[in-house]
Amino acid sequence: MAAPKDIRYLNPPTAEAKKKKYCRFKKSGIKYIDFKDPDFLLKFVNEQGKLLPRRLTGTSLKFQRKVAQAVKRARHLSLMPYVADLLK
Amino acid sequence: MEKRYETVFILTPVLSDDQAKEAAKKIKKTITDLGGKVVNEENWGLKKLAYPIQKKTTGFYHLIEFAGEGEAIVNNLEVTYKRDERILRFLTVALDKHAVAYADKRKGRVAEAKTKKKESANA
Repeated sequence: MAAPKDIRYLNPPTAEAKKKKYCRFKKSGIKYIDFKDPDFLLKFVNEQGKLLPRRLTGTSLKFQRKVAQAVKRARHLSLMPYVADLLK
Repeated sequence: MEKRYETVFILTPVLSDDQAKEAAKKIKKTITDLGGKVVNEENWGLKKLAYPIQKKTTGFYHLIEFAGEGEAIVNNLEVTYKRDERILRFLTVALDKHAVAYADKRKGRVAEAKTKKKESANA
């Protein structure tokens, strides 16, 4: 097997600048996530209407749970779809 | 200890306007009968649903915020929701302190938006 040393990449693996993710709720001081305004919640949902994971949005655990609960309530009231395509 | 609740319900679009108003009034009356105090009420009117409910794609949305004592008020309210066939869907939520602060701020924002609309209307 080629030892890792002599594997030569076509172009050097640029360590993609690791953007320090932050929790937007802590930073902007939002305390309550309202389930009644769907356009704000659309930011936390991908095109198919599924919830985005924390590693992408960078939100803290406490607020990710609040976002999840708000999105599920909005879905119950059909302010947001359960499944969708090209939601954005 | 008085707790704040918020309930949103969707009325079937088949109703005429005054029937919809009458249904909303009926819900408000049941809340006040059960000893609750209605704090805020909003009527979002006819809105498109994200997915069809009972084969209907639109519905009248109503929001009512009220304060009440004890759980009985919510249980009885939900019983009346289940009995009334004009209501497609409902959701009752208890508000914690952050939610109450947000709701009051939102009430101010909505009232201010309404006055702005009125000014622009007659300006």
